[in-house]
Amino acid sequence: MTDAPLSAPQAGVGRSGRVALRLRAVSGTVIPVLAVIAALVGLWYLACIPMNAQQSVLLAERGGAEVSPATASERRDVGGIALSLRNPDPALALAFGQDRPVLPAPHQVAAELWGSTVGLRVTSKRSLVFHGWITLSATLAGFAVGTGLGILLAVGIVHSRVMDMSVMPWAIVSQTIPIIAIAPMIIVVLYSIGVQGLVPKAVISAYLSFFPVVVGMVKGLRSPDAMQLDLLRTYGASGAQTFWRLRLPASLPYLFASLKIGVAASLIGAIVGELPTGAVRGLGARLLAGSYYGQTVQIWSALFAAAILAALLVAIISGVERVLLRRMGLMR
Amino acid sequence: MNVVSARSLDLTFRTGDGPVHALKDIELDIAPGEFVSFIGPSGCGKTTFLRCVAGLEAPTGGTLTVNGMTPDEARRARAYGYVFQAAGLYPWRTIGGNIRLPLEIMGFPEAEKKRRVAETLALVDLDGFEKKFPWQLSGGMQQRASIARALAFDADLLLMDEPFGALDEIVRDRLNEELLALWARTGKTMLFVTHSIPEAVYLSTKIVVMSPRPGRISDVIDSPLPKERPLDIRDSAEFIAIAHRVREGLRAGMEAA
Ligand SMILES: Nc1ncnc2c1ncn2[C@@H]1O[C@H](COP(=O)(O)OP(=O)(O)OP(=O)(O)O)[C@@H](O)[C@H]1O
Ligand SMILES: [Mg+2]
Repeated sequence: MTDAPLSAPQAGVGRSGRVALRLRAVSGTVIPVLAVIAALVGLWYLACIPMNAQQSVLLAERGGAEVSPATASERRDVGGIALSLRNPDPALALAFGQDRPVLPAPHQVAAELWGSTVGLRVTSKRSLVFHGWITLSATLAGFAVGTGLGILLAVGIVHSRVMDMSVMPWAIVSQTIPIIAIAPMIIVVLYSIGVQGLVPKAVISAYLSFFPVVVGMVKGLRSPDAMQLDLLRTYGASGAQTFWRLRLPASLPYLFASLKIGVAASLIGAIVGELPTGAVRGLGARLLAGSYYGQTVQIWSALFAAAILAALLVAIISGVERVLLRRMGLMR
Repeated sequence: MNVVSARSLDLTFRTGDGPVHALKDIELDIAPGEFVSFIGPSGCGKTTFLRCVAGLEAPTGGTLTVNGMTPDEARRARAYGYVFQAAGLYPWRTIGGNIRLPLEIMGFPEAEKKRRVAETLALVDLDGFEKKFPWQLSGGMQQRASIARALAFDADLLLMDEPFGALDEIVRDRLNEELLALWARTGKTMLFVTHSIPEAVYLSTKIVVMSPRPGRISDVIDSPLPKERPLDIRDSAEFIAIAHRVREGLRAGMEAA
């Protein structure tokens, strides 16, 4: 598109004009987004004050300051907000730098995130990249299996009334059972037959991700209207031809919507799968270890690592979606 | 042998709020090479009759044969091309891809597909638009593409449901002329639904006037116009006489209903 040489009289003008336009468009969205983020971070800092008040006041007391109420046992039943109001100075000064705060401040979480990703070799047992990869590999395996299974089930459901009536109810029931209840059973059962490590986590991942794919694909495969179907009937098209040339392409936008939900669910499945085994590797294990030792900063940074991972996965799927659907003419 | 032959054809739709008598006692024979127009008020069963011929709707009474076969057999033998009331192009296929669709399904060889796509695109005056997606075309152009799609595999029978309904007068005139030329050149049998009296008279060798509730044939007019029809034939006395008779038929049908 921009093959015109820069020396051509209008090339430079056009390009800088375009850049200016792009900049304006970006600043039009970036500023509001930054404002919202700043407000959220501000709210978070504000919440740290009452949440950490008990410990702030305790630290001040140990440091020899006058606090009210004067003893820890008297303070136990005083709410965080009341305590902060009665001891504004220590509550404000000591809320954001504690070792094991109830609610870590944003900069503590950010520092821990930075330190445990960029600051460490990825082979280190404390590296979030290492733990993230453990969880990610189970997530991807489970997501692939869940998506494949979901698509197969959807194809069956759309083409067979028997499957529609027999499989769909079970698929729905399967999602009403809390994953926390079923995950330990899957892990124990698989462990008893000698399967452990990635596979049980991937199974739980697949279990969570197949359902949105089934629902979206069934809807997508049924989305062609009567006329589009009639057209193929006038050609005497077979069922397979109808599937490949009409139902499948028509279902792709629905599939991508489902994949985005499915991949996030996969990640949750993998993390939940790491909790009951007392695993030592993976983001779930970091969450668990953090809660054992009251390492709230570690919990929060593992949590954020998981959120960032989920956002990246969804972004990748969105990218594939844009490229594919645009090439297919389904997105302008 | 007649291409289409209907004997006391009846069709009643079962709907949530009672039966709808869409076709009643239809008697009609269409010989090879005829150009038959169906005209009548909205809801009189024109589309329904065409869908019966196409084997997309099952009559509830009487008999209907297409090329001597049942409509279902004729459909499987790919005996006809069908142009729907709306263009209905597949949005994920380019214009060329849409025209290729029937050719792919019917298993034409690759070179033949290419040739036919190019040929039919030229026929409906869309050359150069092969690689465009449907949303990049105007409604009228999309409808022309859908006609090209029905022409691509060269069936001897064409069923067209108001193909030009969405087009402006000028484009419509041009396409009418071209349709006539195509018909004269190929000797196809045409079943053509329209709301326009001049269009019906200009195109047809036979005009079937229908009336609603229940949908039935109120008049069948065999046109005495010659096969060669320049556009200005529409000012001739003969043309005006036939148009008058169609209008009378429509009015009588409305009053009887
Ligand atoms: N699938 C269906 N189920 C129930 N009723 C139907 C169905 N299709 C058509 N009808 C009814 O049959 C009658 C004839 O419909 P049809 O579509 O054939 O009319 P038409 O002559 O093509 O009208 P128009 O000129 O508006 O396209 C109408 O009363 C319509 O409501
Ligand atoms: Mg109609």
